[in-house]
Amino acid sequence: MKFAVIVFPGSNCDHDAYHAAKHVLGHDAEFIWHKETSLKGADVVILPGGFSYGDYLRTGAIAQFSPVMTAVKAFAAAGGPLLGICNGFQVLCESRLLPGALLRNRDLKFHCEHVRVRVERTDTPFTLHASVGQILSLPVAHGEGNYFADADTVERLEASGRVIFRYCDASGQVTEAANPNGSLNAIAGICNETRNVVGLMPHPERACESPLGSKDGLVLFDSVVASLAAKGALTA
Amino acid sequence: MRARVFVTLKPSVFDPQGRTIAESLHSMGFGKVADVRQGKYFELELDTDSADKARALASEVADKVLANPVIESYRIELE
Repeated sequence: MKFAVIVFPGSNCDHDAYHAAKHVLGHDAEFIWHKETSLKGADVVILPGGFSYGDYLRTGAIAQFSPVMTAVKAFAAAGGPLLGICNGFQVLCESRLLPGALLRNRDLKFHCEHVRVRVERTDTPFTLHASVGQILSLPVAHGEGNYFADADTVERLEASGRVIFRYCDASGQVTEAANPNGSLNAIAGICNETRNVVGLMPHPERACESPLGSKDGLVLFDSVVASLAAKGALTA
Repeated sequence: MRARVFVTLKPSVFDPQGRTIAESLHSMGFGKVADVRQGKYFELELDTDSADKARALASEVADKVLANPVIESYRIELE
């Protein structure tokens, strides 16, 4: 199985995602420079965290026009599993692959800490192996992670089970104090209508090995591997 | 022509930077500054002499790039 990690100028979690896929999981992985027009046969695509184009204009705003995004959109439209992490989530929202936008954190502070998120749904390729209500300890590192969408959109997301991760406390309760950035409904991650495109602000790729303080992020990677194996795409 | 594009967060979107600036102004004694909304300002040099074409072009650029319609609105001035 092959992971593609898209690299924009300013991406800085691309190596973390590559490391998780290649060295922790033992699958094939390849960096794809944003000027490429092909995903080179990838089975999974990751838009990594970082500061693409220096966050100029708006986070993720310029990256949406990179040449590779045409291929990424085609991959998503064909049902391919696409994960946007942090800045990758921002790029997905700016690209309209996911609804809403990520605003400046409510307290204007850059949050660099471990948070807890509750898995709300397991019917996506990235949460297949998790269980509903499972609490994951994952790092966040962002200044603009405050999920916003208009009231109708949020209602639609909730009604169709497209909120995949929610910030919570140690007991799984959604509280104001456990919400690091002011996201509406404590939304930490969502999926698209066809459920193959998932975006989240926390960094699962930085939580795949015990020395890093948490292995809870592995479940996203294990899930997508299992999802593709079930479809017969597993070759490595 | 030159187009000036002013991009601001929609009224329904909380602007923590504007709020912080307003609070700072209040603490400085500018109590009559009721509120502050922070935005972005762009100057576009356009290769046309037609006001209609300039406005259409600036609108298209604002819709596609300069503003995110999910959270922002914009207005255009021409000169």
